[in-house]
Amino acid sequence: MPPLLASWITGISSPDADMQICRVVGTVVSTQKNRKLEGAKLLLVQPLTLDGAARGVALIAIDSVGAGVGERVLVVIEGKAAGDALGKKAAAVDAAVIGIIDQLDYQDEA
Amino acid sequence: MQLARVIGEVVSSVKDANLVGIKLLVLQPVDAAGDKAGRTLVALDSVGAGTGEHVFFVRGREAAFPFYPVEVPTDAAIVGIVDHWDLES
Repeated sequence: MPPLLASWITGISSPDADMQICRVVGTVVSTQKNRKLEGAKLLLVQPLTLDGAARGVALIAIDSVGAGVGERVLVVIEGKAAGDALGKKAAAVDAAVIGIIDQLDYQDEA
Repeated sequence: MQLARVIGEVVSSVKDANLVGIKLLVLQPVDAAGDKAGRTLVALDSVGAGTGEHVFFVRGREAAFPFYPVEVPTDAAIVGIVDHWDLES
């Protein structure tokens, strides 16, 4: 997905909305969905700043690691990567949870 | 993917041949609370959604995948109808 589209989704103005740190804020139930999405767990994830504040609009990502509500996770916002996480080729997905964050250390350069 | 509510339908008689037979719906993206979030857009329907329903949609080149092998010129497609979503308390 072009960076501009990804930033539109997340509301993040950085030129490259690459892998994001998000918090799982909910689950989504959908009976009628695209065939390639059958069996996929759908999570509502809220992108975060490094200090843990919410930024932008929550998005839906497929879960490939067994993440739960309240956990901080790594989310890829790119179709190929999300399809790989789902384990299906040419699946109509554009975001996936690919890791659960145990700990985050960073130096504030501001 | 993003949550949205279907708020309308677009009728187009003259269009790309690969779009024939595909429903065009107007979406209002919503946030986790169900409130409006961002501007409306038009998306192709791949699941039989209708006005008033909550759905989720994909953006970008993946939006054409539900219609494979037809190579549909689109940048957004509805891929699921949302029964309900639950937020952490």
